Amino acid sequence: MAIMESVSEGAQVKPVRPGNRLWVWLGIAPFMLFALLFLLLPTATLMFGAFQDAQGHFTFGNVSRLFSDSILDAYWISIKISAVSSLCGALIGLVLALAAIQGQLPGWVRPTLMTFSGVASNFAGVPLAFAFLATLGRVGLVTALLRDVFDFDLYGTGFSILSFAGLAMTYLYFQIPLMVLIIAPAVDGMKKEWREACESLGGSSWYFWWHVALPILFPSILGAALLLFANAFGAVATAYALTGSTLDIVPIMLYAQIRGDVLHDQNLGYALALGMIVITGLSNAGYIWLRARAERGVA
Amino acid sequence: MKRNGTRVGAWVAMIVGALYFLLPLAATFEFSLKMRRDSYSFDAYRVVLGDPAFRATFGYSAMMALLTIVVGILLVVPTAYWIQLKLPRLRGLVEFITLLPLVIPAIVIVFGYLKLFNSSSWLPLTAHERSTDFLLMASYVTLSLPYLYRSVDTGLRAVDVRGLTEAAQSLGAGWGSILLGVILPNVKAAVLSGAFLTFAVVIGEFTMASLLNRPAFGPYLQLIGANRAYEPSALAIIAFLVTWASMGLLQVVARNIHGTRAETSA
Amino acid sequence: MSFLQIASLNKRFGEHVAVSDVDMNIAEGEFVTFLGPSGCGKTTVLRMIAGFETPDSGSIRVGGQDIVGQAPQKRGIGIVFQNYALFPNLTVEQNIGFGLKVRKLPRADIARKVAEVMKLVELSGKEARYPHQLSGGQRQRVALARALVVEPRILLLDEPLSALDARIRRSLREQIRDIQRRLQLTTVFVTHDQEEALTMSDRIFVMNQGRIEQHGSAEDIYARPSTEFVARFIGNYNLLPAGDAQRLLGVEVSGHMAIRPESIHVLAAGSHELGTLEGTVRRHQLLGGIIRYQVESRGVTLLVDRLNRSLGDLLEVGTPVRLQISPDDMREVR
Repeated sequence: MAIMESVSEGAQVKPVRPGNRLWVWLGIAPFMLFALLFLLLPTATLMFGAFQDAQGHFTFGNVSRLFSDSILDAYWISIKISAVSSLCGALIGLVLALAAIQGQLPGWVRPTLMTFSGVASNFAGVPLAFAFLATLGRVGLVTALLRDVFDFDLYGTGFSILSFAGLAMTYLYFQIPLMVLIIAPAVDGMKKEWREACESLGGSSWYFWWHVALPILFPSILGAALLLFANAFGAVATAYALTGSTLDIVPIMLYAQIRGDVLHDQNLGYALALGMIVITGLSNAGYIWLRARAERGVA
Repeated sequence: MKRNGTRVGAWVAMIVGALYFLLPLAATFEFSLKMRRDSYSFDAYRVVLGDPAFRATFGYSAMMALLTIVVGILLVVPTAYWIQLKLPRLRGLVEFITLLPLVIPAIVIVFGYLKLFNSSSWLPLTAHERSTDFLLMASYVTLSLPYLYRSVDTGLRAVDVRGLTEAAQSLGAGWGSILLGVILPNVKAAVLSGAFLTFAVVIGEFTMASLLNRPAFGPYLQLIGANRAYEPSALAIIAFLVTWASMGLLQVVARNIHGTRAETSA
Repeated sequence: MSFLQIASLNKRFGEHVAVSDVDMNIAEGEFVTFLGPSGCGKTTVLRMIAGFETPDSGSIRVGGQDIVGQAPQKRGIGIVFQNYALFPNLTVEQNIGFGLKVRKLPRADIARKVAEVMKLVELSGKEARYPHQLSGGQRQRVALARALVVEPRILLLDEPLSALDARIRRSLREQIRDIQRRLQLTTVFVTHDQEEALTMSDRIFVMNQGRIEQHGSAEDIYARPSTEFVARFIGNYNLLPAGDAQRLLGVEVSGHMAIRPESIHVLAAGSHELGTLEGTVRRHQLLGGIIRYQVESRGVTLLVDRLNRSLGDLLEVGTPVRLQISPDDMREVR
């Protein structure tokens, strides 16, 4: 470095370092500009808008209106359905991932599961809603099967696909594959020697799972569940297609606000959006923190 | 012995899982065949595929997907390359930005667009159809950013970026030819993986397209779903097949390029 | 009757025969090494002793009882893996105490035993550390302690030192051997490193392609290889095919003639003692304490090792020399 400097000074060549630095930053300018314009600024204006009234003055009014009964109910239902679908999705996805990766099954099972998970985790909206209507709707295939073969009247028990439980079951269709995709690397990292070491020391299969495997996997599982939670919380299309406005979750509410279907109150909409970001933000922060912890522990 | 117990349990789990995932598809397919009273037929499919609105919206979304992929690659590959080569300290920041679309729900993002780019703002993108199309494409690039960046970044990490660049530079190559001739070929699999995922995301996307009022496939699906009985099921099957086909193609291509693992990981 | 008796052991994986007709008798307290290249079957035999693989046929008896078919948990066999296999979520103390906790020993007993064995492997003071905070050598000692604390009947070590660097490897070698002697523990050690095998073992089993090529003490294996494979694998034997042996030594052999490089005496060019061969130095390599020469004699290239005593001893390229090989140091191998 010192040699280069003295050479360039002596030869009065265009100085390399100051211009160099600017040129280097230029390289990521397109990306930064894009992110700024289409990701950061829009979100920021929303967040600012949440604290403004119709005249542009600063106010906490919108945020305080979030705490009205109907809106709190909407948030609560959203949280409930996200929690239920993410917890169930996490558990079932974990079992499937373990079965495919560590279950000593034929070689074609794992790639098939992974490909299918890639497809299914994006299978949402109308197609998914209709698929479940066709399966568990009032005239659905499984409903008919249960009635004709097992003499079991599903809708007689009060169940309906157009309900909280129905929506949760439908959400599982993309939550479970998402879990499989997220947890697969962690399950991969489970060394077979751990199990063998445990066995050589006298521990049974159950002992291994309870005392070694699950504790090691736990941060990853919890982190993945949080990611699933955020995923469910923001989902619009499926809910809209299945339950329409009968089940008032926050994304639906926000959707209606934006479309102007209800009393068009921009700033309340911004506050709703802010509330959503806070919840999904916390959820994702938890995921990132837990993932970092998990990666550190398994050296 | 115990080994067999594990295997039995694994099979049970897979079979139950397969039932849960395949039954709805079977039910949808069965329902879609029932359009003609009293007999199975492909009438629903015929109606759907013959519907000009289907072809128009599917074509629109497919075109959007392709544009998104091209713009996305043009944006992501040089950036990921540059970060690895020159600005490794910014890696955390850029990764955080690319993960934001997973944190901020699509509906919030598009709401922000409507506020920021409406007719009375400094960049009235929503004022005209073409500029709204551009905005929609930008929103799709944003949505696919996590997958694209993650995929390309992983692919680049597997390659000695610095070594290849220095070798190319010593042979006289400029930045353009380095990117096109040296870097891109080595991350073909990663780029394709991101591209297929993007395609799957864009084709069925609803929220953005609906709120920006563009004639995409997602809103068309919702419309059919609200008004018709058998056609939505046919559409669901078609949508699923299209996505499955692109993922399958991805696997085939990736396996041909690498000859080794071709798993998707999140 | 020997403590660990393996008879007619066979194992194949699909088309590949991993272990073929293996017989072994290992006495109690003996330190035995399975030595061979990758894929020779040594690890497979080890895993069958441990119970992680089931043989296709044959028997494995410990103390007279056939353990084939017995679950690994019940065998009382300790195993140390190549990549340590320490439980990352447990501290050093918890890792070592794992087997004792499974047996539901009272906490005070566990603590006492763990402390004892940690002193044995010289890790006292590191109880609260986690595996990712330890060096490679330390991790391996934790793995060893974990296997030892449950007082196994047999200790199995699967290439435990391969992942460590040379200096640590040498000191751990001695430590393992010391502990084994002190505890009089029947031990099976698997390695592909012949130096490890030669320095540590009471007896060595050299394996190749699923079969035992030769077994015996280190001296037996090294000085008296019985097959071409063993001669090639151990040391740096000169292996002369029949034609070369005839031309050089005037001896008829049906296989190869094996001669150790250090057993060839180098005399000054002028001496004409009976039974010496003329030769020319073609190359020399300084290996530290030994200088390795390539000497050409009657068209045959021989490796000759000499002790590097002083600078003046070095023979330059092109120096004419006379070589003397005692018939005792020539061995025919097939």
